[in-house]
This record gives sequence, C-alpha cells and structure tokens, in this order.
Amino acid sequence: MSTATHMHGRIGESIKRKEDARFLRGKGNYLDDFVLSNMLQMAILRSPHAHARIKSIDTSAAGSMPGVIAVVTGELMAQHKLAWMPTLSGDTQAVLATDKVRFQGQEVAAVIAETKYQAEDARDAIIVDYEVLPAVTSPDGAKSAGAPLIRDEKEGQKDNHIYHWESGNQATTQAAFATAHKVVRLHTFYPRCHPAPLETCGCIADVNSATGKATIYMTSQAPHAIRTVFALVTGLPEQQIRIISPDIGGGFGNKVPVYPGYVVATAASLLIGRPVKWVEDRNENLISTGFARDYHMTGDLAVDEKGKMLALRVHLDSDNGAFFADAQPSKFKAGLFHIVTGSYDIPTAHVTADGYYTNKAPGGVAYRCSFRVTEASYLIERLVTNAAIELGLDQAEFRKQNFIKPEQFPYTSATGWVYDSGDYPKAMDVALEKLGYAELLNDVERRRKQGEVTGIGIASFTEVVGAGHGADFDILGLRMFDSAELRVHPTGKALLRMGTKSQGQGHETTFAQIVTEELGIPAADIAVEEGDTDTAPYGLGTYASRSTPVAGAATAMVSRKLRDKARKIASHLLEAAEEDLEWEVGRFYVKGSPDRSKTIQEIAFAAYTNLPEGMEAGLEGVHYYDPPNMTYPFGTYAVVVDIDKGTGQVKVRRMVAVDDCGVRINPMIVEGQIHGGLTEGFGIAFMELITFDSDGNCIGSNFMDYLLPTAWETPRFEMGETVTPSPHHPLGAKGVGESATVGSPAAYVNAVIDALSPYGITNIDMPVGPDKVWAALRSKGVTE
Amino acid sequence: MKVSMKVNGAERSGDVEPRVLLVDFLRTNLAQTGTHIGCDTSSCGACTVLLDGEPVKSCTLLAVQVDGRSITTVEGLANGATLSPIQAGFHEEHGLQCGFCTPGMMLVGTALLERNPEPTEDEIRWAISGNICRCTGYMNIVKAIQHAAKAQAAAQAKVPEAVVVAGGE
Repeated sequence: MSTATHMHGRIGESIKRKEDARFLRGKGNYLDDFVLSNMLQMAILRSPHAHARIKSIDTSAAGSMPGVIAVVTGELMAQHKLAWMPTLSGDTQAVLATDKVRFQGQEVAAVIAETKYQAEDARDAIIVDYEVLPAVTSPDGAKSAGAPLIRDEKEGQKDNHIYHWESGNQATTQAAFATAHKVVRLHTFYPRCHPAPLETCGCIADVNSATGKATIYMTSQAPHAIRTVFALVTGLPEQQIRIISPDIGGGFGNKVPVYPGYVVATAASLLIGRPVKWVEDRNENLISTGFARDYHMTGDLAVDEKGKMLALRVHLDSDNGAFFADAQPSKFKAGLFHIVTGSYDIPTAHVTADGYYTNKAPGGVAYRCSFRVTEASYLIERLVTNAAIELGLDQAEFRKQNFIKPEQFPYTSATGWVYDSGDYPKAMDVALEKLGYAELLNDVERRRKQGEVTGIGIASFTEVVGAGHGADFDILGLRMFDSAELRVHPTGKALLRMGTKSQGQGHETTFAQIVTEELGIPAADIAVEEGDTDTAPYGLGTYASRSTPVAGAATAMVSRKLRDKARKIASHLLEAAEEDLEWEVGRFYVKGSPDRSKTIQEIAFAAYTNLPEGMEAGLEGVHYYDPPNMTYPFGTYAVVVDIDKGTGQVKVRRMVAVDDCGVRINPMIVEGQIHGGLTEGFGIAFMELITFDSDGNCIGSNFMDYLLPTAWETPRFEMGETVTPSPHHPLGAKGVGESATVGSPAAYVNAVIDALSPYGITNIDMPVGPDKVWAALRSKGVTE
Repeated sequence: MKVSMKVNGAERSGDVEPRVLLVDFLRTNLAQTGTHIGCDTSSCGACTVLLDGEPVKSCTLLAVQVDGRSITTVEGLANGATLSPIQAGFHEEHGLQCGFCTPGMMLVGTALLERNPEPTEDEIRWAISGNICRCTGYMNIVKAIQHAAKAQAAAQAKVPEAVVVAGGE
C-alpha cells in the first residue's frame, strides 16, 4: 500500500456523518417507533393540583372500560415496595402518589390497555378526591413562617429546607471585602426552564415471564447507570436487566434521570407478562420531567481602585421542587456551581447555597450544561459587565485585565478547581477583531446620540466538563469513568462500542475518526454502537459534555492497546524486531526500508490466521478511562442588540462566537454543536420560561406557552475559534456540546443591559421579553 | 370508518375510529414511523407531511379528513437508493443532528422549492418557521435547502426542455 494514500476521516477532517443515512430516510429507530409483539400501552394520570391530600381514588369505572388490562395506583405499587424510589441526589421520590401530591403533574395512577387511545380514555375515567392544600412556589415561600410542610412523610423533616452547602474561604473573602475600593452587587434570578428535546421521554418494558429477564427500551442518556439504579430499586438481579437506548431525539439533560413512568411500566410488564409501552406527551414532558436552573443568585464582586478583582461572594437559593432529584455528583449539592469565579484571577471567594423544597416538579437537570456551570457562568459574566459599567470601564478591557493569564495554567481557582489550560486573551482578541470592536463602540455612541437604544454584550466563559475523575464525580457512587471496546475483524473492519449514548452529537462519526487516527482503519470501515447494556461496555453515559473527554479518550487508549499488539504481530510477519518497526497511520514498516511493511488490515487478518507462537488470537480490547481531571473549554461571545423603545422588542443584530474546545475531531460537527447551543442560549435569554401561579399551576406546559426559538427569530452566528489543547487528554480534546448554552445567555443579556445602562437599568431577569424591557424603559421615563 | 389515501404513491386503506389522527394512522396502521410526534399542539412540526404537495401537521388532522387524497412522507422522498436533492443537501451541509425534526424540515423544504425554486434566506427561514429544531440552530438547515435549490437548478439546466415538459405537471 502506498504511504501517500490519503486516509479518509482522520482527526481534524469534517467528514459527513455516518448516522445520516437512516435519519434522512425516516429509518431512525426512536423509542416510539418500536412495536413489540403483544405490546400494551400505558397512560399516566397526573395531579391537577400542586399540593393536595389524596382522600380516595376510584378506579372502578376505568377498570371496566374497553381494552383496559390494569389500573395501577400507589397502593398497588406500595404492595410491591415500589411506591417510592431513590433519587440521584440521595432523596426519595414518589413513583405513584399514596399520601399527598406535591406538584402539579405528579404521577397518581396508570392505566394499561391494548391501545393508546383506550389507555387515555380510561385514565380520564379515574376519579380522585383531593383535599387541596396551600402551595409553595418559591424558596422565599418555602422558608416563610407558616409555610406548609411539603415533605411531611420524611422522618425528621421539620421545614422545607433541603441542604446548606459552602465552598471557598469565608475569612479571607471577608478580609478582602473589607479593603475593597468598590463592591458591585448583582441579584438575579435564573428562571426555571426546560431542555424540551423534540422527542419526549418514554420506555417499553418487556419482562419475559419465562426467564424473568427485563428488557427495557428507554430514552436514556445513561443506560448503564440506569440499569444499576433499576437493579437497586426493583431488586431484580442486574444480569436480568437489559436497557436499550435506541436513537434518541435530543436529550440536553432531560433524559438522564429515572422517571416514575419507567418504574410503573416495568412493574406492569412484570405483573401482566406482556410488553408495556409508555411515551409521555409534550405536556407531561414539560410539567413533570427534569427541569433546569431555578436559581436565585446574589453576587458581590470586590474591586480595588485600579480595577483589579479582589474577591467574590455569592449566595444562592435553589428551588429544587418537591423531591431533591437533581442529577449531579453526590459530593456537590449545587452541582459545579462553585466554578463561579469563571475566567478571572480572583484571589479569594466564598459561595453559600441553600436548597428548598417547593410544590413544583422535581429533578433539576443540567439543560445542555455541566451540572449547574451555566448558572455560575451567567452570574459571574453578568456581574463583570455590571461592574465595568458601574466603574466606567470598558467591559472587554476590564475582563482582559482580570483574566487568568496563559502562563498561570494549570491554575487553581479560589474554590479549588484546577483549570487545565487556557488562553483567554487570545479568544477575546479573535472575538473583538471579528466584531470590529473599536469601530463598533463609536457606532454605538453615534446611534445613542440619535436616540437609539443599542448595546454590546460580552461574555468570556470558562466551562468545566468531562466528569470525572471518579474520586470526585459519581452517580450514586458509580465513578464517572467511561469506556470503549474495540474489535478489529479478520478483514480489517472494526466494531467500536462505548458506554456513552449519542442523542444527535454524531458519535458514530466522531469516534470512528479517533480509531482512524490511532489505527489507520478508514472511518467508513468502523461501526460504532452504543446504548445496549448487554453488548456495550459499562459507562456513565452522555451528558456534561463528557463523551469526547472521557469515552473519546477511552477510544484512543483502546486503539493504542491494539496498536501495541499489532506491532508484535507485524514484527512476526516482517521478521523484524519490534523496536525496528515504525508506525505511520495504517501500517508498520521496517526502519530504513519503507517498502517492507504490513498494513493494519494485513495485521488484523494475521491476528486470526498467523500469530506468533504463544500469542492470544484476535485483535480486540477494552479500556476504561478515568480522567485525571476535568477539561476546561472556554471562549468569548459578543452580541450586539438594538431595542425598539416603543415596544421593548430586542433585535440581535450580531452574535460573534469564539470557542476554544481544544483539538476539534470533526470541525463540522463541533460547529453544529455550537450553533445549537447558541440557539438554546438565545431561547433561554429571550423566550423560554417555566413559571407558576400562586396556586402552583404550571405556566409553560406546552409549546404555545413554552416558547422555543424558530428559524425566524434565531440570529445568524459569526463563528471563530482558537485551539488550546487539553494537556491531559490523549487527543488534546476538551468537549464542546454545552459551551454555547453555558456562555451565551450572559452575552445576550449583557448586550441588553449595556443598551439600557444609559438609563440606569442594571438588571432584567431572563427571559428578557419585550414586556419586561418596555416596563424597564417606562419606569425610567424613556418610553410612554 | 374506512379510509383510503395514496401514501407515497401507493394506495393504502384502513378501518379506523373517526377520532384517529393522521399521524397515528401513518405510524400505527401503516407502520410508516418516519413521521414523528413532538408536541400534539401543531407547534413543532415534527409530524409534518405533504397533503397533495402542501405541508400540513399530521397531529392536527384526522385520518378520515384526508380520505381520497395524496400524502407524501419522508419515506417517499428518495428514489430508491438515490437521495432527493433536499436529502442530499441535509447530508452535505450537516443540516441534522438528532434527526427527529429532519423529516418535517425536509418536507417543508421540498414544498418550498416546488413553488419557489430560488428562495432567499429570509424566505427559507419563514417557510421553516413552523418547524422547531432543538439541535442545529437552523443555520445549516438553511444551507441545506440552499444546497438543494442549487442542485435542482443545475439538474434542470442539464435536462433537455422536451423532457421537462413531458415530465412536468
């Protein structure tokens, strides 16, 4: 084989996606597409009240309706000790309510019937008698005197407080504040929103009555961890549980947790002996499954007279809903929120957090974010722009002055994070250059003189992704490693299986490219499979931008293991000492005699046909990778907005996004991920809101109230990049899926605040809709 | 009730309750699962199909309402192994990620190019504004439809006029 042959699909090449073929033809295999023989359908009855005592449930009419096989209530689940289940944050959550309902949309009963229509008809015939109780809808409400006790079933629970948590150093932070020239405060609410993947959550539970084996098809981002959780919850032996995550229509964190519907469907299949499908509708998805954010944050930034940041103090009240079911490492009660010093060299910081039960849906998930880093990034970036405005400094210069310098990496932050690598000024410079910043500042001044309301927003975020290492990061004690198993077949084609699960991120392409880079097998010859716990190696799944940092690293490592064995086989075939062999992508050759070579395909064939004496046959391996540290992607986003004084409408004129996620494996896929994140960030900043009235009715319970950006509103993005490799990742990659959702909301809102700053307006909570902007302008007499 | 319709050129029929939605008829009765359900309120467009060539949301139509009419779903876009220009455009321009919105987006794009072979970016964005994508941020979907428009124009330029007339409607 010629050494000059171009190897298709190596790292850095934007090859087209392998997974497209089936999706383009409508041949994807999403959960609801599966039809099993003899399958039943399940519908869940949910609470109309946010807080109410259940006096009685009458299922008699429902039970006798056409096609109905069973009606399941909490009482029945309790007989099987399944009325409650553990949450990912060490609390308990009702599977089907037995005593009280604690949020609107809570699961109360389920109907299993022959068809979906029959199940829903019968569900609507169940009669529940409720005694309505007062509802708590905010942390302030939860801590007020006389607030109803939401978790009255929990032993020792006397109030609605869940946790108190701290990070950093209170004493040194207080001392620094005492010497400050200026303290800038921002109190802001990051409202509740929802990942709202286009495909809702669901499962098909198929318990074989002869063997007892439970095969559960599930829209899960973390099938292996779910299998273990299921074993612990149901008491089924783990080898008798098989979770299959098929194609997933978007996840964004929403498909990490275990939902009551999965448990009920599995129990129903076990009791009935037939497969049971449950697919929630959009309303159910928005009112009951993993929400995001709902953080009330107060930040104080201490600055000296030269504009140097001295200290940061943050308090957080977290609204966790009726059960503390946040999906996050067990060590950190507020996720990774304490990375709140962001991109700045702030010598000392102190973070306090309190979590509260409210009568709202449980399950705080990271909506396209690494365990609450979004809230942290939003707070610090808003605070920095507000400080610049208050101090009369340029927001770009103020950031640059306080950035962690490139030579400070690895950098240990005031709250204990060890940032692996970064070049923040460079990303900022690329963004300012693209923006034409100096000229733009003049333009803003000119427009403002003409009475226009216009502004520039900047956010220079730092993310922390790629959990673990396993000592600090876990799900219910399961260390956050990940895995790759690689089998090279005799003909030189390969099968790669991983413990992660793509939900649109393009794993089938990206991870094949890693094998191409490391072993020289063309990407087209590599099948990538994930999501079946009976076939894939154990891993913790895909969220927190961890697939490339962890499973990607595992893929590189297993490929290198196989290359080591391939070298031994090549040595045998070429009758040359191992140390006399040189590797180039796709082949070994004898040093000085490049014509004497064996390709990886020839070596693979020999691994099954012509082995050195005593060597195990085959060319297969598995690697479990526990990363030594997180990776820290970063970037600078800059937004220009124009605001209509008469209507309060904000128009994003420009959005410049410069990302540094280390080495990019498939740049096309990376850019696509950033586009999507910038759009979800735009939605969060301007449109998306799950809110509640004082009775706890969820507002934002369908796509006519929960507004998502369409092509019409979404800005055009101007993209830029820098590359600062991760020093500890085998490929120098960092993970990118969430950077844009983490970094962009602050950039959008900072632009609005900058535009409104001439009028003394310092905060508008998201979503920044025209109503709020107009009201703010009106309060300052700018508009009628 | 008996219902018959042409689906991707083939005559299909079934016996359904009057309340059965078109999307359920396609997915459940005809096992054409390329048409997806995303919201139930005709807000997201995942269930978009073409009804006599025009995009409609099949979660908001009853199967019996389209009796005797013609439906195109994503399964009807490709010609055997050959992708349609829209499908090829989505592949080339990375216009899809999770793939859940993709059938609806491609059908809207197909209908758009049918009546407006050279749409502007704004016209494309307006046309797809009834369809939500959570993954791509739309930029590459716009490019995908532009890609298809160019490919179609190039193909038209190559075909002798007589053939176009004979094949046209």
